[in-house]
Amino acid sequence: MRIDTKTFRFTDSGTLGSRALMIGAIGLAASAAGYFVNQDQFFHSYLTAFVFWVTLGLGALFFTLIHHLVDAEWSVAIRRVMETTMVTLPMMAIFFLPIVFGMHDLFEWSLADVVAGDHLLQGKAPYLNPMFFFARTAGYFLVWFLLTRALYGRSIKQDTSNEKGQTVRMRQISAPGMVLFGFTLTYAAFDWLMSLTPHWYSTIFGVYIFVGALLASLAFFTLILLYMRGKGVLADKVTVEHYHDLGKLIFAFTIFWAYIGFSQYFLIWYGNIPEETMFFHTRWAGSWKWVSMLLIGGHFLLPFALLLTRAAKRSLKVLAFAGFWMLFIHWVDIYWVVLPTMGAHGAEPSHGFSLSWMDLSTMVGIGGMFIWMFWKRYTSQPAVPVNDPKLEASFNFTNG
Amino acid sequence: MQSSSTASPEMRPAIVLAEFANVDALLSAAEKVRKAGYKKFDCYSPFPVHGLDAAMGEKQSPLGWIVGVMALIGGSGAVLMQGWMSAIDYPLIISGKPLFSFEAFVPIIFELTVLLSAFGAVFGMFALNRLPSLYHPIFNSDRFRAATDDGFFVGIESEDSKFNVEDVKRFFTAAGATNVEVVEEEVE
Repeated sequence: MRIDTKTFRFTDSGTLGSRALMIGAIGLAASAAGYFVNQDQFFHSYLTAFVFWVTLGLGALFFTLIHHLVDAEWSVAIRRVMETTMVTLPMMAIFFLPIVFGMHDLFEWSLADVVAGDHLLQGKAPYLNPMFFFARTAGYFLVWFLLTRALYGRSIKQDTSNEKGQTVRMRQISAPGMVLFGFTLTYAAFDWLMSLTPHWYSTIFGVYIFVGALLASLAFFTLILLYMRGKGVLADKVTVEHYHDLGKLIFAFTIFWAYIGFSQYFLIWYGNIPEETMFFHTRWAGSWKWVSMLLIGGHFLLPFALLLTRAAKRSLKVLAFAGFWMLFIHWVDIYWVVLPTMGAHGAEPSHGFSLSWMDLSTMVGIGGMFIWMFWKRYTSQPAVPVNDPKLEASFNFTNG
Repeated sequence: MQSSSTASPEMRPAIVLAEFANVDALLSAAEKVRKAGYKKFDCYSPFPVHGLDAAMGEKQSPLGWIVGVMALIGGSGAVLMQGWMSAIDYPLIISGKPLFSFEAFVPIIFELTVLLSAFGAVFGMFALNRLPSLYHPIFNSDRFRAATDDGFFVGIESEDSKFNVEDVKRFFTAAGATNVEVVEEEVE
């Protein structure tokens, strides 16, 4: 991996892309075999992996939008990483296709005979029906496609045309874009995850998934930047000051995750209405209790204590660990939402979790393709937005 | 002597105050003052200057530790207060929950943690800056008013063990000061 220090264009794109493609292909092939072994397990593992990788793109979309909206300076140096992560979103639509075929395994509201015997699901049928569900999902991907193309396209255009006006234009797109982002992420979380337990509802659920998405994408940016730093790419441009800011954001959003996660739990705990408490009851039964406790400790207490001090946020070793850890715990978080609903159609919910090799193969499969797409695109363009008016200021940024 | 109360008060030099043209000159002057071994000095600018702490050799503020201790006091105090109220002093069953239900305490734990942290941050900052301070000799200088407008100053104070008016004046002139002034104060 090598980069031209004047134009910031890659002269050698390294082996990450081809390796990711190979590993991803093996993962997808193994997952496809898993479909014939245990269909129910396959679809639930697959949905977990799909949501995990989509939320990385969504978090990146949010940070690109907020970067333009607040006219941020420090993040110009890492903006291309954010943009390239977000622009994986349209391609993730392809990975939604298996969920179309697995919808009867995943969503009990899609089964006519279950709905016929369930008064509550009949009431929700105008929203929770397959046609409207697919139309909404198509809508989310359309919005994400248009938004990411508008932002990424202008950013790339500025690299060659050197029009300063593109910076203003991207900010103008970001304001309505942020509103669209808020709605699409919230409803996507409702549709793909919350409707797995169609009797249960939580109005804060969209925000809960949103925080996870932000944390996962921050962890991903940190790891990609550290990986490139290890190979000497942008090592003198993206400095400890930028990593410090990434550390601050990870730290802040772990607290926000706990705040939202607790708020969701707290109202349900106090209200004590059976169809609401079922969600937490299931996840506190049997061995699921350990997963719930792992989330409290691993998604909040550990990263909070780890990143509390300034020295820790400025330590690249600590941040590398935090990056891997936050990605892992984000997967646990999605797993904790999806997997307890497996095989629960009309029957007693499962009282314990059992990891399957398909949890790994689907993560590696979609993840390999995700990283391949990311890396191929990232290395085909300058590694930073070369004509952004604030680029030099961002390189020289300090926390004072 | 009785006569001294009517005569003009006896003055002594308190601070040698040097003015610099801009931020860059201020930063390099701060660096030189630190390297020359002066300890009792301060820099004044109309706005926060990035890198000034490092140039002055300021150590990291202990404020974070004050805030941390206050946060712990606030959080654990909230647990004890609510636990004592709900489970010991006035046990009352609310919506069938156990008397000591920590879930119900969390909002107050959070709020008190934040409140006492904020107190620690504000009043700790006051204490570390020795505020409120009703008098400082630097305000005897007329030029110093520009520090809230367009002036960049470095002042070395007479408490410094290396303080010598003539030496400091020469030092500042060599360091590129646009103006050097000896600020005096009354001998008490």
